[in-house]
Amino acid sequence: MEQLLRSLIDSDIFVYTVMAALPLLWILPYALFAVWLERKVSAHMQDRLGPMRVGGWHGWAQTIADILKLIQKEDIVPAAADKRLHFLAPFIVFVGSYAAYAAIPFSSAFIGSGINIGLFYIIAVSALVTVGILMAGWSSNNKWSLFGAMRSAAQIVSYEIPSTLALLTVVMLAGTLNLQEINRLQAGGLTNWFIFRKFPFVAIAFVISFVASLAETNRTPFDIPEAESELVAGYHTEYSGMKFALFFLAEYANMFAVSAISATLFLGGWRSPLKKLMSGPVWGAFWFISKGMFFVFVQMWLRWTLPRLRVDQLMYVSWKVLTPWAFACIFGVGLWMVL
Amino acid sequence: MLKYFTDIFRSVWSVLIGMKVTFRHLFTPAVTIQYPDVKLKLPERARNRLYVNMDDCIGCFQCDMACPVDCFKIETVKGLPTEDLGMTSTGQKKRLWVPVFDIDIAKCCYCGLCVYPCPTECIKMTDVYEFSETNRHHLIYNYATMTPAEAAEVRRRAAEHEKEQAAKKAAAATAVKKTPPGSPPVPPAPGSSAPPAPGAPTPPTEPPRA
Amino acid sequence: MIETQTAPIKTSTGRVLRPEEMVLNMGPQHPSTHGVLRLELVVDGEIVVDVIPHIGYLHRCFEKHAEHMTNYQQVIPYCDRMDYLASMNMDWAYALAVEKLLGLQVPDRVEYIRVIMAELQRIASHLIALGTYGLDVGAFTPFLFCFRDREGILDLFENTCGARLLYNYIWVGGLSHDLPSGFIDKARAFCRYFRPNIKELNDLLTYNEIFIKRTANVGVLPAEAAIAYGCSGPMLRGSGVDWDLRRDDPYSIYKKFQWQPQIGRGEMGTTGDCWDRYMVRVREMEQSLDIIEQALGGIPPGDVQSAVPRRIRPNAGDVYVRSESPRGEIGFYVISDGSATPYRVKARSPAFVNLSVCPEICKGYMIADVVAIVGSIDIVLGEVDR
Repeated sequence: MEQLLRSLIDSDIFVYTVMAALPLLWILPYALFAVWLERKVSAHMQDRLGPMRVGGWHGWAQTIADILKLIQKEDIVPAAADKRLHFLAPFIVFVGSYAAYAAIPFSSAFIGSGINIGLFYIIAVSALVTVGILMAGWSSNNKWSLFGAMRSAAQIVSYEIPSTLALLTVVMLAGTLNLQEINRLQAGGLTNWFIFRKFPFVAIAFVISFVASLAETNRTPFDIPEAESELVAGYHTEYSGMKFALFFLAEYANMFAVSAISATLFLGGWRSPLKKLMSGPVWGAFWFISKGMFFVFVQMWLRWTLPRLRVDQLMYVSWKVLTPWAFACIFGVGLWMVL
Repeated sequence: MLKYFTDIFRSVWSVLIGMKVTFRHLFTPAVTIQYPDVKLKLPERARNRLYVNMDDCIGCFQCDMACPVDCFKIETVKGLPTEDLGMTSTGQKKRLWVPVFDIDIAKCCYCGLCVYPCPTECIKMTDVYEFSETNRHHLIYNYATMTPAEAAEVRRRAAEHEKEQAAKKAAAATAVKKTPPGSPPVPPAPGSSAPPAPGAPTPPTEPPRA
Repeated sequence: MIETQTAPIKTSTGRVLRPEEMVLNMGPQHPSTHGVLRLELVVDGEIVVDVIPHIGYLHRCFEKHAEHMTNYQQVIPYCDRMDYLASMNMDWAYALAVEKLLGLQVPDRVEYIRVIMAELQRIASHLIALGTYGLDVGAFTPFLFCFRDREGILDLFENTCGARLLYNYIWVGGLSHDLPSGFIDKARAFCRYFRPNIKELNDLLTYNEIFIKRTANVGVLPAEAAIAYGCSGPMLRGSGVDWDLRRDDPYSIYKKFQWQPQIGRGEMGTTGDCWDRYMVRVREMEQSLDIIEQALGGIPPGDVQSAVPRRIRPNAGDVYVRSESPRGEIGFYVISDGSATPYRVKARSPAFVNLSVCPEICKGYMIADVVAIVGSIDIVLGEVDR
């Protein structure tokens, strides 16, 4: 991709701007689609229909209508809120989710930045979301938002650890942090995917990483920060209009980012499950997006099935269940590799 | 220690069972309908907006007395004996004009208590439930079929009749005073010989004869 | 410049806060307070130190209205609106009170139909309680399943009396309408349809480990405290006290049916925790289905309006009659002065008394638990405030 762009205009600014904008070109239509999909999935699981009118067929244009509505809304900032922080918070949350896309390989031909510390970079940068959430909760000058923000900070920081540890098992097997490299190493069809190697350790690590990623994205059963029935809307209670839309966009972008990382590391990324059949740069993008969307669907499925955990139970799960098991997986994989 | 492992196992297992339930429901047909394109037909006993058939209303105030929230405003005017107000469909002769029959449908609590006591069954609850208004005052329903001119005319005639009756009564009273005691009783004033018919407005009664 | 707070901060009851405490208002508008209830929480971090409930936002002067009605039947629409989720039970309790004042005996057909309606209403009310409880703890789907099932019951009611929520069906001395044709078949069909759905609800919510973690050992109400506070209904039975007015202070024809009051046994945690109260409600729905099926099989023929008096003018006197509503003991204390208007109608609301336990059982738990506890008390503000 980089070569292609350089052949058009040989300017760093042009090339890197376009490459940075390309994931945005994916995120925006994806978010529109994902919000609609969430509403439809939740509706059908609850024996009802969901959006049906806007746009004709099953209300596919519902999200577009919602975005148009949100753009027109009055931007209400509470009188006693900290205005600068209140303004910056949604942008920081979005930046945190968006920056992770830089190192995710969409296909063999496209990766935003093929740095050698890809995974490390992703984990580091997606922690920016915590800062944004804390800013949102604090600056709203609302005790309920503050609660949401505090819980969220504790939650995201705690779940970084089992998430990282679980991902480390794959890094141990692959020997590199470069996501494109990790993807290349999973050639040869279904059985060569990392999740099936050194069974069951990497499989358990996959489950741990998936559960931790649910907590990273504040989805049920870990949606305490925005617990609808307790805190009205948690840290984004006092936001209206486009800023609220930005929080939503960031949440869905984050959902796809973590799904993509799981897919890349454990399930072959843009590799086809059928060895050489249906593979190639464009097919790669298709496989990658399908796998990502499948995990997004599973996240939605879980949201509409499970109640939410209380904050201390959340902490318990992180520190006393996920982290020890992640350590056990690392130990198991390491031992297996050595013997 | 064992509890730790059983807890984890039970959690994973119950989560999977829950996921199975919701996944199955993903493929069951929806139970909702696309209102307002599709509307359910309400059962025949449905209690929604009130309807009053004024042709049958005899102005008995039973519905007003039965209403727990006082949402009726009814005004009746006595019909003169010479006027023919017609019959109800149940065969009763009407004797009262009803120029004002208002129901504040916003106050109405849709209990249906007004329907039972009506002797002619002219007040009914229909199945109409889509009658929202933007102006609250439009929710005061005027059921009376008389025009303001007719109502004024009827009131005027009734008031005149009242005055006539009061004058006759005064004349009869003075006539009684003029008759010396012990003489044969004066025949009662015309227009009041027959005993009052049931349901009819009672004419002014004579004071008892000595 | 850092300003220091010189005056002590107090709650609305005058309690002075310590520096680490904070007042959090779970205000009248809140997604989980089941109506307009204000809970003033004094919290230390996430731990609740004190709870001060403020009620009265839905006070609509039911008792005052009752004194101004022209006859006893007119009070019934007002009784409907007290506990609007269990109108049949409200109406029935009041009708029982006035019938006792009059010394009136209703025909058997009326008794059977009243039992069927009350038990259907119990199922409907419990479905809302369970569905909204799931919503409070974060499970969105059971709520819609419960409402979908409740529609079946509301259809039955609409076919019978014309209304879906506020029925004005049980009158003093009888009923407003007789059963429509086909009611018995439809009711049986509903019972057949609903029983497997209880199992589905159990799969999805009741035995879900996360739900158990949220509700077991939370809000434990010991049996002595429950009795001391005057709790009743599932609140009392969840604490292990075997007391159900339908069996222990029987009214109507409940003695003719085979059923068991359900009590909490601390299966998942401690006896008297939120899970127990929840489970009591689920099992009570099954028992109600049993009663309904038994009653449907034996409705005698008759006239439902034969005992409805034309004029209700009881002798002067007073009476207190109680019955088992889905929330507990609903009692009506009716004083008659010999005229056609009641002199005084006092309603003893079960939710009001159950809610008074709230400060006692919320202390020491977290904010998320307060939501779970208040949900398990199952209050309806219309009844609490009357």
